[in-house]
Amino acid sequence: MSDLLQLRDVSLSFKGVKAVNALSFSVATGEICALIGPNGAGKSSLLNVINGVYRADTGDIVFNGARFGAIHPQKAALLGIGRTFQHNALFHRLTVRENVLAGLSRRGTATFLENIFRFGRDGAERRRFIDRADEIIAFLHLDRHAETVVSKLSYGMQKRVDLARALAAAPKLLLLDEPMAGMNQEEKQEMSRVIAEVNRSFGTTIVLIEHDVGIVLNLASHVVVLDYGRKVADGTPDEVRNNPDVIAAYLGTVH
Amino acid sequence: MSFFLETLITGLFAGLMYALVAIGFVLIYKASGVFNFAQGAMVFLAALAFVTLVEHGFPFWIAFLATAALMVVVAILVEALVLRPLRNRDSLTLFMATLGLSFVIDGTAQFFLGTDVHMLDLGIDDIAEDYAGILISHFDIVASLIVVTLVAVLAIVFSKTRMGVSLRAVADDTLAAQSIGIRLPVIWRIVWSVAGLVALVAGLLWGARQGVQFSLSLITLKALPVLIIGGFSSIPGAIAGGLIVGASEALADIYLGPLVNGSVSTWFAYILAVAFLLIRPAGLFGDRDIERV
Amino acid sequence: MPSGLLSRLDAPLLPIVAGLLVTFAVIPAMADDYWLSSIIIPTLVMGLAGIGLNLLQGYAGLVSLGSAAFMLIGAFSAYNLILRVPGLPLPLVLLISGLIAAAAGVVFGLPSLRIRGFYLGASTLGAQFFFEWLFSNFTWFSNDSQSLTISAPRLEILGYSLQSPLGRYFLAASVTVLLIGLAFLIVRSRLGREWMAIRDMETAASVLGIRVARRKLQAYAISSFFLGVTGVLWAFAYLGTSDAHTFNLDKSFQVLFIVLIGGVATIFGNFLGAAFIVLTPILLDRVVLAADLSFLGDQGALTNLQRIIFGAIIILLLIKEPDGLSALLRRARQAVRNRYAG
Repeated sequence: MSDLLQLRDVSLSFKGVKAVNALSFSVATGEICALIGPNGAGKSSLLNVINGVYRADTGDIVFNGARFGAIHPQKAALLGIGRTFQHNALFHRLTVRENVLAGLSRRGTATFLENIFRFGRDGAERRRFIDRADEIIAFLHLDRHAETVVSKLSYGMQKRVDLARALAAAPKLLLLDEPMAGMNQEEKQEMSRVIAEVNRSFGTTIVLIEHDVGIVLNLASHVVVLDYGRKVADGTPDEVRNNPDVIAAYLGTVH
Repeated sequence: MSFFLETLITGLFAGLMYALVAIGFVLIYKASGVFNFAQGAMVFLAALAFVTLVEHGFPFWIAFLATAALMVVVAILVEALVLRPLRNRDSLTLFMATLGLSFVIDGTAQFFLGTDVHMLDLGIDDIAEDYAGILISHFDIVASLIVVTLVAVLAIVFSKTRMGVSLRAVADDTLAAQSIGIRLPVIWRIVWSVAGLVALVAGLLWGARQGVQFSLSLITLKALPVLIIGGFSSIPGAIAGGLIVGASEALADIYLGPLVNGSVSTWFAYILAVAFLLIRPAGLFGDRDIERV
Repeated sequence: MPSGLLSRLDAPLLPIVAGLLVTFAVIPAMADDYWLSSIIIPTLVMGLAGIGLNLLQGYAGLVSLGSAAFMLIGAFSAYNLILRVPGLPLPLVLLISGLIAAAAGVVFGLPSLRIRGFYLGASTLGAQFFFEWLFSNFTWFSNDSQSLTISAPRLEILGYSLQSPLGRYFLAASVTVLLIGLAFLIVRSRLGREWMAIRDMETAASVLGIRVARRKLQAYAISSFFLGVTGVLWAFAYLGTSDAHTFNLDKSFQVLFIVLIGGVATIFGNFLGAAFIVLTPILLDRVVLAADLSFLGDQGALTNLQRIIFGAIIILLLIKEPDGLSALLRRARQAVRNRYAG
């Protein structure tokens, strides 16, 4: 299996504090890779480096054969990197459907004049967008809420809309930043099923951050453990489960 | 060369006055996150109230204290009638409210105190004297000493007193400050009062220079570029910004003005401020906001 | 076929026909010259200005404190186009003036690519002061007239004179109807949706691949286009004679008030806001006359009394009606509907 994403010696610091320290790992095409580690381990920062929200101080990222040190978030999206957010980053005054449609933006081909005056490529684009949005909305069982303004939805539903929005443009790589944060066990199981289903149905490679180790070890096929910006372990769930360093640094402590 | 220096120095003095108005903004912005457009109206109200009292025969200190008391009353009213009901609203709404407030304040001032232009004599001569071949007005020197003293007093108050510490706590983290028992309405009232007193001093100095009239309230518009250059939340920034704006505006008017057919002072500061924004978005001393995701 | 076109634009046919009837038949038949010249025309034109700013601020989330500068550019462009390009038909004059304002809007919108939020106000305030200075300092723009004023040319379309109040109303109303239609097309397009996405969460929009920089500049261009056309109407269809200071900071703030009072991210709300701005001074005048408050003093005192009341109403509206007058109207409509439904 080839690697879709490689990180090579990536470092990132804020005001002198290292958030990510000379980190290297690879994500194989089609796998679900989980990043785990205590708070402040640099997991979110790492996702932000991968899709260009932050700029790495040193190191390279290779995605789908393209190599870059820093990338603009829009460019990352165009290459096929999708992303959900830890804290609510939905377009809160738009409906569920509008959020998903906005997620399709990078698939747009019409100019703004075509879009406004509804000529040329606009008609086909409009139909394509609506069909795709409805497909994703149905896939994530959001049909009932399609016309609801997202700020009126429950927290769990909003997380699902965030996923739908990221999935809309059919990314090759999907970065999920704590998709199950703040959910109860039942909701977590449900979200976990949805993520596995996305991976299976669309063949999307997924990198996710999650604190609930039990869920992660069942869902992921590959686990990377971080602590203070460094890699502690990297392997299959079983390997990680039995790694003494991990047990000492992370799994042994109660969260 | 001496003409250049004179222009520069005159500009720096004017800049110190801009800074004085800008400091009023910074105080309020730090404590309540409000960009207070009514600061200029407060300057005008203070100057008009003071000059009216003096013209009715009250001695300087009585008039000064009475006007100071008036500014405190204004602060209490603003907190109760505008800030409290608009708590937790976005900054644009708050800005618009202070625009409405500026109408109310300068309308009230002129409704009760009239629309005439008043001369204000603080007993300081506005005569240029020769200092090492450079002509500098006596008034400018006294005025800048007053500004420096005021800033020093403010700095001491805000770094040494309990109230100052509370204010900084509110500016740093409003929620945390509230959780340790700091009462926001009290802080707001105090800060708006202090801003009112700063407005009073600014009103007297500006009023003595150009007469007490409605146009005083427009110095708000000079304070905005000052704040952008210095940063909205920094008093040293406001001073540095004021000096930069004052000096460059004076020089531009003399050296650039003739080339483009007249005074450029209405807009030069803004173009300068935008240039600053593009190079240093947070201003000289401000902090940069990073959007967390 | 028009109805086919409308359904393709997902526009409700009945309200549109009713609206057009009122605009082009009922109002012209009922309103006298005073109502047309002093109330209806300025309300329409300022409402359009509100739409211009609302597209930028309400939909794209970008701040502008200098709307009047772009109205000013439109007005002076139109004056010079008519003066220097003989025979240019009025619709083209309006279009080109709008495009010139749009170009200026793009230039003053450039800082929005680096800075956010309130700081943007500085750039647009810079535009306000710069253009007011430019058009009053270089007399070429006002054809070297002593008073620096520009006067409306003979307004005509296809040989029909539009000089009477009714003619000027038809001009303002036609442009208003067209631009309202355009505004709806914009906010219901991908462009409008991406503006709102940027407004709600810029980082997320960027991560999703929305071309944020391009969309922001398009917002400034389109907003300034609307304001430019509005400026032409204000100068020619409403005032007749104007100068650079007609479009001063007060006018910019009025446009801002219209947006906030009418309702952020609405189209028709702007006309409610505009009606408020136009009618309040007139009503206050009437009240002062009727209550015989002249004992209060001279005209200056009355002007200040109006200023106080106007300021107080604005604060009150901001406190009591966060979503603007259009929300009030929506609730009223809902209440009526519930009553008849129940």
